[in-house]
Amino acid sequence: MFKNIFNAEMAAEAWDVIISQFPLAFWETLYVTLLASLFAFLLGLPLGVLLAVGGKKGILPLPAWLMKLLNGVVNLLRSVPFLILMIMVIPLTRLLIGTSVGTFASIVPLVIAAFPFVARLAESSFREVDPNTLEMAQSMGASPMQIIAKVLIPESIPSLISNGTIAVTTILGYSAMSGIIGGGGLGKIAINYGYYRYRYLVMLCAVLLLILLVQLFQSLGTRLAARADKRLKR
Amino acid sequence: MIEIRHLSKTFLSPEGETKALRDVSLSIQTGDIFGIIGMSGAGKSTLVRCINRLEKPSEGQVLMDGVDLARLSQEELRKKRREITMIFQGFNLLMQRSCLKNVCFPLELTGESSAAARQRSLELLDLVGLADKAQSFPAQLSGGQQQRVAIARALATEPKVLLCDEATSALDPLTTHSILSLIRDINEKLGITVIIITHQMSVVESICRHVAILDQGRVAEQGDVSEIFARPASAAARRLVFPEGEAESSVIATDDRHFIRVVFHGAKATATPLIAQMALEKGIMANIAYASTRSLADKMFGSMLLSFPEQDQARRAMAYMTQIPDVIAEEVNRHV
Repeated sequence: MFKNIFNAEMAAEAWDVIISQFPLAFWETLYVTLLASLFAFLLGLPLGVLLAVGGKKGILPLPAWLMKLLNGVVNLLRSVPFLILMIMVIPLTRLLIGTSVGTFASIVPLVIAAFPFVARLAESSFREVDPNTLEMAQSMGASPMQIIAKVLIPESIPSLISNGTIAVTTILGYSAMSGIIGGGGLGKIAINYGYYRYRYLVMLCAVLLLILLVQLFQSLGTRLAARADKRLKR
Repeated sequence: MIEIRHLSKTFLSPEGETKALRDVSLSIQTGDIFGIIGMSGAGKSTLVRCINRLEKPSEGQVLMDGVDLARLSQEELRKKRREITMIFQGFNLLMQRSCLKNVCFPLELTGESSAAARQRSLELLDLVGLADKAQSFPAQLSGGQQQRVAIARALATEPKVLLCDEATSALDPLTTHSILSLIRDINEKLGITVIIITHQMSVVESICRHVAILDQGRVAEQGDVSEIFARPASAAARRLVFPEGEAESSVIATDDRHFIRVVFHGAKATATPLIAQMALEKGIMANIAYASTRSLADKMFGSMLLSFPEQDQARRAMAYMTQIPDVIAEEVNRHV
């Protein structure tokens, strides 16, 4: 498969593609990932709060049917493979932004796929907060909203950052897949050149860049989480 | 004044029901330091959580200055909880906030302006001796210091009652001592009623004025600390006051002699050579099977287990001991 990657002709062609298409593709991947992450967090974080506090013994017990519904929706969306979900949400994408093709349109399926994941990650971060600390807040006369705003969220910030990093890197991975339905970015280049036209060197370079991006996000997230965490003695 | 009337709490679980509290009645005077002591699982934590209604009693009432907490709305209850604050075994500080911000926390809940909250919090940190740690984070402090911050936080809303739930159980003896004297200072200076939940007799000894002994969800005994130390009536009280009871009972079990327990307190009793006097005056020769002393609120307490070969001697010794002031004697039944 990888025969003849490194002959002069191939290298020259790859270099051409890198110069002419990579900057735009890199930018597309970056903004799709970041915008999709932003919307996924906007939807996922409140949902995560509800999942964490709404249980029968939670801080803000919600009706059992509502919790069942929320959990059901999250599980349902999480169990559809992204490749299929992308195709399933095409009507919704059309409804929301008028078209289902293009880089910007690929944000919709990404958000739909990622927000339930973000909700579960956030829920697990919130559950890490010591129940005794929540009891303390209750014993001081805090209302459920005050507990959420002043205890639950601030106390889980480091964990939210770590889990948020996992979400962003996963969304980056998904965004590469959206090349299939017409989304742009490094993923599209990797598929178009590597899979359809056997230009493995181009694919390799695109993947390398994706790896670099993941590394960058991960080390940024790890550093931010450590800096935010006041439990570490310094 | 806090009155607890016929309080019961039953927990339902798939394994069946657990009666954590059964018909508990107590009254705690304003300004008192009241101890609630019992072994693990005696229902202490449930009781204290019923006082600030973190736990809803199954039956009975808790009255605070005549107000039944069950009749309050959620909003009123939250306000009331600012008057009944709590410190915990695990301190339960907010780990992502500085000490100062931790003390500010209950004030933020009441909507106090941040400048006023800051001012008051600094004063409170000064009161607990941690003015220099205002900007530190809890993880940078020792356990004792963390508990001091928690105490400052509990005082922020100017409570009438301070509940201490095993507040010193995670601390070493020296730190325990300093935290307890801080609590006593606060009780004296601010007149706050203090309720101390503990499994350690030493804690009750060192600061409580009144005590209730909880055993399997029931109040086995309650009253003056010195009274209960001198004359523990219930089996649960005896187990706590004389933790050496295990050794005592093994002595009693292996011997078919007759035993009496002599408990003495006060300087007068401790200064009297009891056994020698009894031998000289009455000719009764006692064998000391077991003895221990402890100091309690500046008073010395002693307990002795005396054995006699004949029942008649034991009776005469009892009669002799009981007539001496500050000395209490009782016959020890082998099967207790």
